[in-house]
Parts: sequence; structure tokens; C-alpha cells
Amino acid sequence: MPAPLALQGSGDDWRLTLTGDWSLAALPAIEATLNDLPPTLSGVLVCDWSRTSDPGISSTWLLMTRLAAWNSALLAVRHEGGPPHTLPFLAALLTPVDAAGGAATHAEPTVGFVGTIGRWAVRQWWEARAVTGFFGRIVSVFARALSLPRSLRLTSVVRHVYETGITAVPIVSLIAFLISVIVAYLGAQQLSSFGANIYVVDLVAIAVLRELGVMLTSIIIAGRSGSAFAAELGVMQLNEEIAALQAMGLNPVELLVLPRVLGLAIALPLLTIVADAMGLAGGGLLSALDLHISPAQFLGRLHDALAPTTFWAGLIKAPIFAALIGIVGCYRGMQVRDSARELGRLTTLAVVQSIFLVILVDAVFAVLYVKLDF
Amino acid sequence: MPADAAAAADLPVIAVRGLVNRFGSQTVHDGLDFDVRRGEVFGIVGGSGAGKSVLLRTILGLRTPTAGRVELYGRNIQSLAAAERGALVRRYGVMFQNGALISSLNIEDNLELPLQEYLELTPDTRAELVRLKCLLVGLEPSAAQKYPSQLSGGMIKRAAVARALMLEPELLFLDEPTAGLDPISAAAFDELLSYLHQQLRLTVVMITHDLDTLFRTCTRVGVMVGGRMISDTLPALMQSDEPWIRSYFHGPRARLAGHHRAAEAPLHG
Repeated sequence: MPAPLALQGSGDDWRLTLTGDWSLAALPAIEATLNDLPPTLSGVLVCDWSRTSDPGISSTWLLMTRLAAWNSALLAVRHEGGPPHTLPFLAALLTPVDAAGGAATHAEPTVGFVGTIGRWAVRQWWEARAVTGFFGRIVSVFARALSLPRSLRLTSVVRHVYETGITAVPIVSLIAFLISVIVAYLGAQQLSSFGANIYVVDLVAIAVLRELGVMLTSIIIAGRSGSAFAAELGVMQLNEEIAALQAMGLNPVELLVLPRVLGLAIALPLLTIVADAMGLAGGGLLSALDLHISPAQFLGRLHDALAPTTFWAGLIKAPIFAALIGIVGCYRGMQVRDSARELGRLTTLAVVQSIFLVILVDAVFAVLYVKLDF
Repeated sequence: MPADAAAAADLPVIAVRGLVNRFGSQTVHDGLDFDVRRGEVFGIVGGSGAGKSVLLRTILGLRTPTAGRVELYGRNIQSLAAAERGALVRRYGVMFQNGALISSLNIEDNLELPLQEYLELTPDTRAELVRLKCLLVGLEPSAAQKYPSQLSGGMIKRAAVARALMLEPELLFLDEPTAGLDPISAAAFDELLSYLHQQLRLTVVMITHDLDTLFRTCTRVGVMVGGRMISDTLPALMQSDEPWIRSYFHGPRARLAGHHRAAEAPLHG
């Protein structure tokens, strides 16, 4: 196959012969040969198109920008042999732009190490202020809703209790059941070496009621509903639905955020109770099958093992975790601007941060309970 | 090549035969027949819910019709193997109604996307081709670094046309090209279309409600009414007795557009 273009001649008389396929598909080959042309040329150049087929505008344009790179005062270009019909109007596009000289590229100024830290700090400060403001708005709307029950949006709250709570019962039950089976099984292996099998009941009961029940539920719900909140509000933000609500004089925090947070704050404690029950059932089942502790024995031991506060120590945390998950999810959703990628980024961030916050606050509770002897 | 060209010139670019589209019990298209010939600007009009968008999606091969055939360049798009279908798809460009630019890429990357997928070019060459397409559609070079959300509606439509033109299609589909534009931008867009149609010798198929666009740019118009297509030149359609067509072309808005035409005619003459 001959090269797509060949330059012949000497002195002031040049001939550029274009050959073969000059369509878009041949562009990679054409591009390579264009780069081989000499940097300067003077005299008269005849461009012969007679042996080309299907010259496309992209290839023609590339050739013309290459020809224009040669000094036009020293070189006259003439096209022969049936140049493409697009040539004149491409030539018309070429001229004004070279005058403008491609001034459009302005690079981002490079920022030093200190600058990066400074920007990060400032951004964190803004973020902290924004989160505090968002929390304040939710609290103020909630306070007003208490005195003005109509703005509590009961229907909406109930819907969110259903969506975040009732529909999550199967997955929460299953996971609580399996985890407590695992805990009981591992615990039994250790305790049996002391002949202290019966203490598996203490282990399961305290672990599930104080920590595992509420933690597992919160983490599942952060993944399940926290992401849903962020995605829902994010898409509403992208569709300008939230702007439309505001333009109608409606408060999106009252209408969208508060029902979600309240719904979750109702659903999560209930789910925690379900998780607690399923966890104890899992522990009981394993004890009966593996350790030959009968259900009656299990219940009796359970009664002795539990302090009156054990159950409440876990449950109290649930509404607080719910508020964290709900607020982070809604806040990230409301932050979505402009693009689908932002939606994905902020939804991810909502889940990661709410799980992190749940675990952090749980640690604070653990220390607090020890200090308070709760 | 010349013999091919002669044969290809006779062949309609798009041939739709007996097209039926049904959603459950609702029949949207009840035997559509029409041709689009090379070099035409074919406008498709019809009331809301007449199935214009469904028709477009069917022609593009995004939807399998309930019955009937759609042929692009004499080939039934539904029955092609993936590779052939890809080659056929590259012969058309589409501008969707709201631009459908990728929101997380800037305009330059949006335009480069088809090039990157199909051709191996150096970044300089790609940038040069992006510059050409921006010049063609009248986008300032500074717009290339912006994201779709930072552009006005008119600029988004221009960028969408530029992206549709990246692979040098012979056939251009436009879905409501002037919807949501102010009259000045819409008129400028009409001019852009006429310019591209002439200079690149494109065949254009557009769905539009804009009577001004119809009058200014279309060589033939297809009206979708009652699940069928009535296609003819604009003057012939305006004489039609079909009630929907009558009210479409002789309603208050149409008379207004007609007045403008009458007022403009001497200027063009």
C-alpha cells in the first residue's frame, strides 16, 4: 500500500501527491506521514488530490493545518485534481482562528505543599461550618414542628419508617442471627477448655445486647438507607426539584430531611430490638445443638447474666446512630451538584462517613458506660 | 466507487416499512411507511404522545419494533451482526434532546470520547479535530474546558451537535434541536443546521415542534397522525385536509410563523 502522501520536487517547485484512502478511518496512517513533512518549505506547492478516495473533513483539516504551519509568505499552495468540496469552507474556518492564536489555554497555577495544606484546612473549616449549619436547620425545623404538628409530615415519616425499617427486617434478622451463632461458636470453643460452657450464654447475651445488635443494625442501615437518602436527594438536586420546592416557599429540610431522619430514628431502635431477639435466638440455637444447653437452661442463665441495664445500654444508642446516619446521608445528598459523578462520590462518602461516625460514637459510649458504671 | 455511488444515490438513506410499535394494548405506530432520501432535511412532527421519540429510538436500533422493518442504507439494522451494526451506527450521529453530554467530562473530553474509542491518534491530533468541530458548530475555544453544567442551553446543543459530528457521519439525527432556546439562539441554530447540511452534504432527520425551524430548514416533512406517517413537501402538506395537519399548520402560532416568513422573504430574495 503506498504512503498516503508523498512530497516531491526541489528548490521552488514542489508537488504533494495524496494517495489512497483519505477517510476518517485512515487518519492514524495519515497523521504519521504528516509529521514527517519538512519543517520549512518555500516556493510553489501543488497539492494533487486526484488519486484519493473519500477525503473526510478530519483528514482534510489536518492536512490544511499542516500546510498552514508553513510560512504562507514564502509558499503558495495550489490544490489540483478534484480537491474535496469541503476545502473552501475549511479554509475559511482556518484563517480567523490563527489570528486568535489559541490563547485559550490557561493552566491552573501550581500550588506548593504549604498551599495544599492551607486549602485543605480552609475547605475543612467551611465543611465544618456547613455541617453545623445543616444540623442547626434540622434542629430548628424539628423544634418548630413540635409546636406546630402539621409541619411534622406524619405520612412521610411513616413511609420512611416502612422503607428503612420494615423492609430491612429480613436482612437485619439474618445477619444478627448468623453473627451471634459465630460468636457463640467461637466462644464455646474457648470456654469448653475450662468446662465453662454455660458462660457462652453470658458472652452472647452481653455482646449482642450491649454492642453487636445495635452496631450491626446501624452499619447495615447506613449502607442501605444512608446511601438511599443521599442518592434520592442527590437526584432531586440534579433535577432542580429541591430548587423548585424552595421556589414554592417550601422548606426542603422540613419536607425531605426531617421525615427521613425522624423515620430512621423510629425505625432503627425497633430494628435493634429485632436484631437483639434474633441474636439471642441464634445463640440459644447453637447452645442447644452444640453445647447441649437446653432452652430452659439457656433462659435461666440469661436471666442471671443480664443486669437490668444491659438491654437499655444498647438500645439507647440506636436513635443517636439513626440521627447520625440520617443527617450525614441527607447532607451529602443535598451537596450534589452538576454531575452524575458527584452523585456517586457523595453517596459513597455518605456511607463511609456514617459508618465511621457510628463506630466512633460507639467507642465514646463504651468509655462513658465504663466511667458511669452503667 | 462511481458505480457504487450511482447505485447508492438512488437508495433511500432510511426506509421504514410497515412499522408497528405497541406497548401492551396501546398501539403507538400502526404501520408507518416513509423514506428519507440522501441530502434531505426531513422534519418529523406530531402531537405529544404521537410516538416521535419511539420512532427515533426504533430507527437508531435502540428499540426492536413489534412488527415492520427499518432499513438504513438498505440494511435492516435489527438483523445485523454486532460488528456490521457497529459500522452502520458509526455512519450516523445523534443529538439527543437535552444534549446527553457526559456530565462528569468537560466538553473537550466529551468530544474526544468517540475518537478515542475508534481511532488511535496522538493527543495533538485529537485536540486539533476537537478544535475543528468546535469551529464548525460555533463554540468558542474557551468552552472546551468547561463542564456541561457550566454551559447555557444553546451551547450544550452546539456541543452535542459537535459530538455527533466527530466521526464524520453522513446522517444526522436531531431530537428537538431548538426546544428550550430563545428565538435568537433558535434562529442561529437553524442557520447552523443549514450551514452544516450544505457544507458537509449531510442528510438530516429531525424531530421538531418549532414551526420556524420547519419552515427555514426542512425540505420534506413527515406528520405522524393516528399511528401513521404522512410525508410530503411543506407546501403540499399545508394544503392537506387532514384535520390535525390543518390545525397544526393553520393554528394561531403557525399563522404567526407564516407572517414572519412573509416578512423575511424579501430579505432573502
